[in-house]
This record gives sequence, structure tokens and C-alpha cells, in this order.
Amino acid sequence: MGKLSVAPKSAYDARIADVLEPYMRRVEAMPPGTCPIAVQVNLLEAGGAQTCGKCVPCRDGIPQLAALMRRVLNCEADESVLEEISQLAALIRDTSDCAIGYEAGRLVCEGLKTFADEYESHVRAGACAEGVGQTVPCETMCPAHVNVPAYIALVQQGDCAGAIKMIRKDNPWPTACALICEHPCEKRCRRMLIDAPLNIRGVKKYAVDNVSADKVPVPPRMPDSGRKVAVIGGGPSGMTCAYFLSLMGHAVTVFEGRKKLGGMMRYGIPAYRFPRERIDEDIRAILSVGGIEVKYEHKVDTAEMKQIAEEYDAVYLAIGAQGGKSLKLDGADAEGVMSAVQLLGRIGDDDYPDFTGKKVIVIGGGNVAMDCARTSVRAGAAEVTVAYRRRIEDMTALHEEIEGAMAEGVEMMCLQAPVRIEKDEAGKVSGLVCQPQYISAVKRGRPAPAAANKPEIRLDADVILIAVGQDIESAPFEEYGMKAERTCFVADEYLQAEGFENIFVGGDCQTGPKSAIMAIGAGKVAARNIDEYLGFHHKLDPGIEAPEPRVNVREAFGRVNVGERPARERGKDFNHIELPISEEEIMQECGRCLRCDVYGCGALEGGRIQYV
Amino acid sequence: MSSERKLVTVTIDGVQVEVPESFTILAAARKAGVSIPTLCYLKDVSDIGSCRVCSVEVEGSDALLPACKTRVVDGMEVRTNTELVQSYRKLMLQLVLADHGLDSTNYCFSCAKNGSCELQSLCRELGVTESPFAPEKQTPRQAVLDANPFLAYDPNLCIRCQRCVGACNSRAHNHTLHTGKRGLRTSILAPFGPDWKATECESCGNCAAACPTGAITEKRRKAYRSWEVTRTRTTCPHCAVGCQLDLVVKDDRIVDVEPAPGPSNRGMLCVKGRSGSFDFVHSADRLTTPLVKNAETGEFEPATWDEALDLVVKRFTEIRDENGGDALAAFACSRSTNEDVYMLMKMARTVFKTNNVDNCARV
Repeated sequence: MGKLSVAPKSAYDARIADVLEPYMRRVEAMPPGTCPIAVQVNLLEAGGAQTCGKCVPCRDGIPQLAALMRRVLNCEADESVLEEISQLAALIRDTSDCAIGYEAGRLVCEGLKTFADEYESHVRAGACAEGVGQTVPCETMCPAHVNVPAYIALVQQGDCAGAIKMIRKDNPWPTACALICEHPCEKRCRRMLIDAPLNIRGVKKYAVDNVSADKVPVPPRMPDSGRKVAVIGGGPSGMTCAYFLSLMGHAVTVFEGRKKLGGMMRYGIPAYRFPRERIDEDIRAILSVGGIEVKYEHKVDTAEMKQIAEEYDAVYLAIGAQGGKSLKLDGADAEGVMSAVQLLGRIGDDDYPDFTGKKVIVIGGGNVAMDCARTSVRAGAAEVTVAYRRRIEDMTALHEEIEGAMAEGVEMMCLQAPVRIEKDEAGKVSGLVCQPQYISAVKRGRPAPAAANKPEIRLDADVILIAVGQDIESAPFEEYGMKAERTCFVADEYLQAEGFENIFVGGDCQTGPKSAIMAIGAGKVAARNIDEYLGFHHKLDPGIEAPEPRVNVREAFGRVNVGERPARERGKDFNHIELPISEEEIMQECGRCLRCDVYGCGALEGGRIQYV
Repeated sequence: MSSERKLVTVTIDGVQVEVPESFTILAAARKAGVSIPTLCYLKDVSDIGSCRVCSVEVEGSDALLPACKTRVVDGMEVRTNTELVQSYRKLMLQLVLADHGLDSTNYCFSCAKNGSCELQSLCRELGVTESPFAPEKQTPRQAVLDANPFLAYDPNLCIRCQRCVGACNSRAHNHTLHTGKRGLRTSILAPFGPDWKATECESCGNCAAACPTGAITEKRRKAYRSWEVTRTRTTCPHCAVGCQLDLVVKDDRIVDVEPAPGPSNRGMLCVKGRSGSFDFVHSADRLTTPLVKNAETGEFEPATWDEALDLVVKRFTEIRDENGGDALAAFACSRSTNEDVYMLMKMARTVFKTNNVDNCARV
């Protein structure tokens, strides 16, 4: 035996590792509007670069397949080439020795099906299908298509009020989105190519923390149109629609079932994430437009819906998803078992529970489950446990929410499927029995749990909160004649309800429970389409323009995150958990913005997604 | 103070100039007497900054910046002619030339724009005669769209500068010409194909006027070479807007029209001004002498101006005196200038004594 070396065989591996991180960021920053065949070819060629050079299908097949696909990509191939691609990809998938080859082949085979329409467009029409073509990432990814680069630039200029006006051009809830938005705008932020996505929500939070939204005047209302519109549901979607319709000069009546406006932002999201006085800032601003009458604690039933549809020129139905889904568990009727919606809804009306000394179990793994768990901590619970049948990484809750809950002392009992609820003689809940699970095969893109060969476990409980989803209370409207699929109202892409001329529907009650910003986006679309339906083409002037761009800062920086109060302290009260961002932090953050509205595709005709 | 009025001082190739803050480097350079080559930029039409030919060095910036869309900043120091700038400019043109190709026009010989192609003259100016990046033969050729009676689009010559897009959308506000995608390449969706009648395109031709190459052309462009013609500035004879245009004349015949930067049209024309304002000049049907109807035969017969005008004066006077002015009416031709139409109206009211005046040029 000769001597052994501790040096790696290839001296390059360590250095390659350094370029893989930017490589991954580049993949993540895939611009919206990219041709899917371009992505597929790219992925295949990445696979080709990994070949060891042993086997024919991978070594020779992938480059040949890539060459064929490039011809299709460039619209230089006919349908016979698609057949060749299909055969060659199947061969690589079926005969490669290792995953480098067969996975590359499999992805092409699947892509041929997933993107069949685009392949067909390339070979038949010699062009990409309509809609392919890059647009500004943040603005595109935001369901309300807020002009993000513009308001970031305004904040950078120190004009927080201007930033709020710019946000309001598309979204009358600047404070809400500053505090609780899921910020899909950050998902494909081009800044990722250099360092990390911009903290867009943080910039917005800085703006509304410095100038409260109700101190920034809304644009003047246009002259009365003489038309009246009913909005059913005063949540993010309904009030967005009401805001824009009213600005356009229509008379709006909002029918709100609860005591206050805000929908799930008030009755679903806990105050420590969205303080009540902050939601009121947005609502005051929206109502300051004038021309919006709100009927509180006014639930609309079938008969009244009929009357409203006849009496008003148009209706926007945005009732959200206000019901709590229940679990069919033995003992679910025990005292002390309640749904997340019940708990959080009561808090929305300032009816805070007292869990002092109690053991609380939350069933579920979404954001609402975390809201319940963290609310229970604040309500004085002795122990809070989340029981979830998958793993932590499978939870649909935001990573920050899970981490925040754990920091506040919430125990995550993962891979535990609830089997039955135990109650004492008085009918009060005493415990939860769970069947341990193990994580198994991926089904529909998610690893699914399977029952483990382990005995059941029992957890003590005084309170059990069920947070496994929300229901749409669609019955009165379905009875009126509106079409719904599994309680989600059916509408076309313009949000016109199927079978009705003057009824539009959007938000959670049309899409199923989603995010506030999606509901807001729908409210804006509905307002515009109702205006068109009524025969108008109102154009609103936001009264603010995007500042001139500065030259891109190419130096890499870390991303400034929004700080939180220490877990030990914040868990004791319902006060806002987030801390303000400082001026120096936000100026650095704004300076990272690449102004994609003027650099790159944003400068092009069709490179923006804007309604105004 | 508005940005228009706030002045800043910038230095361009050592020349110091004071310009409004709203100026681009390109505009400031022009004021400083420094020429920066451009290709995709067209004032008031397009400043997307796609060709990067006008990239210049700016003190303190790591990257080169496009002069056409970068605003000046006080104290800015710009260098437009360094070795690096020059080499990049040349490389950039070679890349554009590779996309354009020289094979489909036999090295420009068969191109209608030969001699007035901006790419050609820029390449000539910078000494770019061919491209090391050019593929041997671009395959397959894309079909030329030329069903429109006035306009044609040859995608093979398109350099995707998108000046036509700016002309149609942000300038003419017609919104009929857009971009599409062919995988990673941008293509121009020019509405000149077989379904041109079904599109909203008015054939105004502002896209062709904006095109720096022979990709979008007025079809009549093929009838002449730029060095064979002279130009005469005039006013469009159609409606009352008063667009300024140049009549392009070859061998004493008007062969084309080019828009001029008049105060009302600023370099734009409509389909009538561009394609319907001069063919009648050379029409065989055109009257070249007055005609008087022979009362006996009922045929028009050539007459002198004196004979014709004497007859008009005599009969019009008789009619007016016998039946009153309202028995007469005056209609002006839409191809008359505003001034001529005004004179006719004046004559009708003061001489004919009638208010019956009209003109078909209200379109």
C-alpha cells in the first residue's frame, strides 16, 4: 500500500461550493414571465454538466436532447422534433445508470406534459404563448400589483407620506400590509442575484410607522356617478372594493356581519401581530373618502340578498371564510374544545380568554394554529402544545411564526395524529389521544404521514383549539342561486359571478382561505370591473409619481430584518411583537433596490403590471 | 424650483457645461459639442436603453452607463471616448450585426434602406464591417409580413431595438404593434400579416419611420435610393392640423413623404399624410386645364382660365342677383390648405352673400 493523502482528489470542489450558493440564488430569482421551455432547457443542461461521462444515455443523450430542445426553444423546430425529444428523454429516464441521468430525463418527460401548450405554441405558431414575457418581479408577484420600486424610492427620499399614497394607488391597506402581509413581492426579488431579497414589507412598515396612514389624505373623490353598489363583507377585499368604487364616485353600502370592519384581519389575526389601533388607521383612511355607508352587525340572508341584487346597480360579495373547520373526532363536543375561528373572533371584539394555569393543545400546523398557540401563551396558559401529524418542515405556517411560537415556549408535538378527545364526567375536556406517525412518500408534492407501529399517546389538556382550516358560509347565497364549488363561489377571471350580470365575487369566499393581499387584489379588480360594468372608465390619479432612479448599488449587503421584542417579555401581553426599524437600517435597505421598474424589462412596453 | 430650471454642472470629455437637472448625459453632451453614437434611442419615441451603444464612463461608477437615459448629477464627470468605451461600442455593434445578419440582404445591396440605414452608417462610422459572432447562415428564415398595402416587416433584419414599439404605443398611442417572445428572443408582432385588416392598425407608418434598419419599411421605399432624391418641405394638404412634411422627389416625381418636426406633428404623420397626400399629383385623371360644358353637346371642353373665370363671374353674379346668395354654396376640397379654405369661405360670405360654406376636411 502506498501513502494516503488527506487532500481532496479535486482541489476545485471547495471552490465550486462557493459558486453554488449564487447559482441557487439565481435559480430562485427566476423572473416571472420566463418561457418555461427556456427553464427546462436550462435545467437539462445543468444536468448535462453533472455527467460523469460513463453512460451513453446521460453522456451523449443529454447534450443531443438539449440541442433538440434549443431548436424548439428558438421556434426553429416542427412537431416531429417534439416526438424525437419525447423518445430521447424517455430513453434517458429509463436507461440511465444513476439519478444524474434518469432525473434529467424524467424532468423533460414531465415538462412535455406540464407545458404541452407552450411546446405546441413554439412548434406551431413559432412563438411563445401570449403572456410569456418578463415583467417587474415585485410588482408582478404582488396580487394587487403595487408599484413597489416607486414607494421604496419615495421612502429613500424621506417621503413616507408619498410612499403611502403610492401604495394606495393599488392597495388602500398600507398599514395592514406593512404589518401582516405574506410579502409574495419578495419571492423573486432580483436583488437575490447579488445578496438577498429586499425586505419590502420592512420598508412599508417604516413608512407607516413614521407617518400613520390616516394622516395622509386620500385622493379626492370623483363627482357622484349616481350609481349605487352594495359590498357584502367589510374585510380586506370588500373594503378595498368599496374604497376604489367610492373614489370613482359611486355610492357604496357595506354590509358587515360583525361589530367592526376589517374581517379576518381583525377577527382572525391576533393583536400582537396587528394591533387594533393600527388596523383602525387604515379603516379611518378608507372611510375618509366619503360616500361609504357601513351597516354594522348586519348579516345578509337569502331574502335580503335577493333584495340587494335588485335594488343596487351592482353587488360585490366578499364574505371571506369565516367558519372554523371541525374535526370528526370522538369527544369533539367536550366543553373546552373550540375552533380557532371562535377563539380569535371573540378576541376581535376584545373578549380575551383567560387560560391561566391551563394546559392548551392546538391541533394544526398552519399560521392560524400558530396564532392560537401564541394567543394561548398570552392568555396565561401553563403549557401550550401544538399537535401536528406531519413534521415541522411540512407545516404550512411561515417559518418565522413557528420559530416565534417556539421561542415563546410552545411545544411542537410533531408526527402526532389526533385520534380522540377525552372528557371527564362533567363533560369537560381532559386530554387528547394521538396516534404517532412516521413521514412517508411524497403525495401531491408533499411528504404524507403514515401511522407508525407505535402505541397511542395521551396528552393532558384543559383546552383544545382546532385550527385545521376555515369554511365559507356560502349557504344563504347558494340558496339565492349563486353557483359554488365546495362552497367557493364560481366567478370568471373578471370576478363576475357565474350566471349573474351585476354580481361580482372575490376574496377568500371565491378562492378559499388565502392571504389578505390576494383578497385586496381581488377587491381592486372587482371595483374596476364593476365600474366598467356600470358603463364608466374612471381613471384615478394617485397624485404621486415614481422618483428618478439612482444608479444600482452592486456591492453586496446583508438583509435588514424586522426585529422582535424578546420572547420572554412579549409572551406576557398582546402588544405588538415587532420593533421599529431605524432610519439607517431602512436607508441601507432602500439603497439595495435595483429599480426594476426602470432598469431591465420595466422600461419596456408591457414590462409592467399596472392598472392605473 | 422645478427640475427643469435647476442647473447642474457636468464635465464631458473635459468640456464643462451647465444644463438643467432633467437632462440626460446624451443631451448634456450635445450641448457640450460632444457626439455620442446612439442606435436604439429616438428622442420622444424610445429611451429603453437596449442597445447600450451609447454607454459611457462616469467617474465613481463601476459600470458604464447609457448616456441616453442616465440623468446628469451635479459635478458628474463623463468620458465618452476612452479606449474601453470605444472597444465596447465596437463589440456591441458586432453583436447587433450578428443578430441583424448581412446575408439576407446580400450585404445590404438588396435592402430598401441601403444608404439610409442607421445601423449601416453607425457601423461605417465605427469601422465595423462584419461580425465575428455572426452565424454562417441564419436558419430558417422567418417569413416577411407584407400583406398590408403600405407596410412590410422583415423579422430577419430586426435588431429588436423596439423603437417601433415606442412609436406605436407611447408616441402614436395606437397600441397595435407589440412585442412577443420566441423563447429567449424578443420578436416584434407587427400587424402587417394576412390578417392585417382584422387588426386596429391604421397603417400610419410611424413605426417604419422609427425603424433604424430595413426591418419595418414603407413599401414605396423600394422605388428610390436615398442619394437619388431631393426634399421639399410643405404642409400636409389634408385636415386642419397642419402637419409638416417633406415631399421626397426623384426625377421630378414625388415618390415618398417623410415627416418633418413641425410644431403640430413633431415628426409624426397619419396614414393620409404619409401615404395619401401626393399620388394624385401625378394622376392621369387630373385636370390640367379648365373645362367648360358645351350646352349643346353636354360635353366638357377645354377652355382658357380667362374664359372659365369670366363664365363663373357672369353666371354666379346672375344667380346671386336673381335668387339671392342662398342659392349658392361653397364647398372646399379637403386637399386645400387652411389658408385656401379660409379664402373660399371669405369669398362665399362677402361676394356670394351666403353662409352656405362647407369642407370635407373635418376628419
